[in-house]
Amino acid sequence: MEVEVSGVTVRADATGHDIVRDIGFELARGSVLGVVGESGSGKSTLALALLGFARKGATITGGRVVVDDVDLLALPEKELRRARGSRVAYVPQDPATALNPSLSLATQLTEGLRLPRREALARVRSLLEAVGLPGDDAFLRRRPRQLSGGQQQRVAIAMAVAPGPRLIVLDEPTTGLDVSTQARVLEVVRELCRSRDLAAIYVSHDLAVVAEVADRVLVVYGGEVVEHGSLARAAHPYTRALLAAVPSSTHRHRLVPIPGRAPGIGADRSGCVFAPRCAHAAEECSSRPPLVEVPSGTLARCWRTAEVARSPRPAVVVDAAPPFSGDEILTVSGLNAGYGGRQTLFEVSFGLARGECLALVGESGSGKTTMSRCLVGLHEEQEGKIVFDGQVLAPRRDKDLRRELQYVFQNPYGSLSPQRTVESSLLVPLRHYFGLKGTEARRRAHEALDRVEIPTHLANRYPAELSGGQRQRVAIARALVCRPKLLICDEITSALDVSVQAAVVELLRSLLAEGLSMIFVTHDLAVVRSIADTVTVLNQGRVVEKGTADAVLSSPTHPYTRSLVAATLDVPDTFEHAG
Amino acid sequence: MSTSVLGRAARTGRARLGVGLLGVVALVVVLGPVFAPHPYDAIVGPPLADPSGAFPLGTDILGRDVLSRLLDGGVNLTWMAVLAAGIGVVLGSLVGLTAAYRGGAVDAVLMRAMDVLLSFPEIIFVLLFVSMLGRSTVLTSALVGVAFVPGVSRVLRGAAIPVVGSDYVLWARVNGLPAGRILLREVLPGVTSPLMVEAGTRLVWAVSAIASLSYLGFGIAPPAADWGLMVGENQDGLSVAPLPVLAPIALILMMALGGNLVAESVARTVGRTEGRV
Repeated sequence: MEVEVSGVTVRADATGHDIVRDIGFELARGSVLGVVGESGSGKSTLALALLGFARKGATITGGRVVVDDVDLLALPEKELRRARGSRVAYVPQDPATALNPSLSLATQLTEGLRLPRREALARVRSLLEAVGLPGDDAFLRRRPRQLSGGQQQRVAIAMAVAPGPRLIVLDEPTTGLDVSTQARVLEVVRELCRSRDLAAIYVSHDLAVVAEVADRVLVVYGGEVVEHGSLARAAHPYTRALLAAVPSSTHRHRLVPIPGRAPGIGADRSGCVFAPRCAHAAEECSSRPPLVEVPSGTLARCWRTAEVARSPRPAVVVDAAPPFSGDEILTVSGLNAGYGGRQTLFEVSFGLARGECLALVGESGSGKTTMSRCLVGLHEEQEGKIVFDGQVLAPRRDKDLRRELQYVFQNPYGSLSPQRTVESSLLVPLRHYFGLKGTEARRRAHEALDRVEIPTHLANRYPAELSGGQRQRVAIARALVCRPKLLICDEITSALDVSVQAAVVELLRSLLAEGLSMIFVTHDLAVVRSIADTVTVLNQGRVVEKGTADAVLSSPTHPYTRSLVAATLDVPDTFEHAG
Repeated sequence: MSTSVLGRAARTGRARLGVGLLGVVALVVVLGPVFAPHPYDAIVGPPLADPSGAFPLGTDILGRDVLSRLLDGGVNLTWMAVLAAGIGVVLGSLVGLTAAYRGGAVDAVLMRAMDVLLSFPEIIFVLLFVSMLGRSTVLTSALVGVAFVPGVSRVLRGAAIPVVGSDYVLWARVNGLPAGRILLREVLPGVTSPLMVEAGTRLVWAVSAIASLSYLGFGIAPPAADWGLMVGENQDGLSVAPLPVLAPIALILMMALGGNLVAESVARTVGRTEGRV
């Protein structure tokens, strides 16, 4: 075994609680271990601890990280620093901040190598070619900002691999990249591990990515390993619940959110960490279960795997709605738009039937954000025609039109005023559109909060006290109190964890069932499949394909859509055989 | 929200010292006139007499009781400073927030106008208008306030730009809320911390500006009692009787230092927590 980790524990200095506890695993040469967990699960802390590093305010209190027969955590600081890079290397999430913007790639890639420049350059060239980038002088003279995000990430990987480490830790390296770019980066990681006999640890929140790249998966929850093995054979109720919450791009199924909230650092750790949210929890779960091998072949930290395995997977496949034949609530024809003279949308046309959900799909730079801004009237430089409910939409529009067309922002952390309580945020539009104040306004606000399943006692909280999913639901409630006819959702689930995303998608689906029309802007084809009736695919500001969701996703005709569908990853489909 | 910034700031030693100093000055200003042993403008003894039982701080250059003048002389300075700071902060926020919210040409015109105003040192700016329009306490305070507008507007424009760009303000714009209400209800609460710091600092500057103007003879007119004026009146007797000059200076210093300490501790708390509420 190349890498042996046991008992790694990191403690928060301020509270004395463990952020991650008793992490252990083994990893062979040339293989990839996926570490998957939701935000706050401690996966980033774990990733850093594997390099013998803890962020300010945290301390590694115990454990062993043995790489190539050397225990990193037992090394004195000076030797540990030398071991970082040469034995273990790290690739951070955001390559734009990992690379020094003012150094050329040649300087940047060779500075960590203790080799004469000529030899170092030769090694760097071959490495760049290994990660699928040109190794010529012209490329080496470039600076990070002259590269695309995917190229930057591959350079960061090459930089990590250059000194010849035995273990490479990648912390969410493809988050924020487009699916096609992501596919290339994943391929590079796999190929490097195979050809250089490297062990890699791939940390991510995305189950599909981890299932694709990793040989084995470590599922982290509340700072503990709850399952270790293959996702397809998942036995732990948390892993199974996560898988049930992930949408699939191949078929439409009901997404099952996980009730409750992930435990904070100060949570009670005497029993099973997942028990408070577990559907299978029983009395024995008040004592902490060991990580043991279960019949399905994985290691799971659960007392009740036998019962869990017997319970059927709630894989309810939902049929796509019949095609809508009603009148169009929104018709966009020949829309051109741009910023400061640079055109970003070219002759975009599409229509949306009443009660329908249209997904506007595109990668970054496709113009999908400009499109949604044109619809809500934030964009001035536009020509073409947008007809909404029989009226032509101009950037300047009257109150009723604004009310009927509501917009929900991507980032729930910025879309609610931090100085307003939840209730007060909802009272603003009620007063503005309906002139309502006092009891009646409050009643309508509470009604909307009920609709999005925000408990009444949260009405007087500030956004800072809510989780991301709760904030996003409050933002939806703020749109709902306006009694809109059309809701534009701009990537509203992309900042959320899968279990929370599932709850939001199910909420949107129930709103659709009540007759609301919706435009869902996204890059995630799996979410598209789970919610959209029709799809319009944007590429470089042009509509390249449109049709029903099933037709476009199952048998795409345009080469761009085809490549997009091919690059989209899905979680392993079945684990029924696990019982 | 911002009260907790104040709360955290109030726990620092710096702020406590500041509040203590301001408290002493406030007591003098508010209760002073009641306890003054003599009328502030009555000539009650020989000029520049040494401190004695009848005149605890001696008499000034005209033979008036220094203690009585001191106890009476803070009121004008205080209300003038508050008025000046108020005018400066309100107008400055208005300009700064409007510039940040409107952007583009409005922003450019407003900020260039502020630059022109900023190019006059504030004392010269006030003197220019006082010599044109005549002396009046209200006019002086208003002019000092106007002289503060460029500085305040720059700070608030800078603080408001990220708030104006935030999604919640964008939401209000998309929904067509009136600009005034957006500025007042959405943007302003987001800049309360820098606003408070600015108000505190400007108050201190107003105290020193108005005291300086009175000293120069362009603020409060004699025979009224005023700390700044007292320094100017009695400076010729400084070598014989230092108290009529030093006592008002000590009070001005306490007022300015106290305000400064409070404003700075709020600013530091805001900076440390990055304005987090």
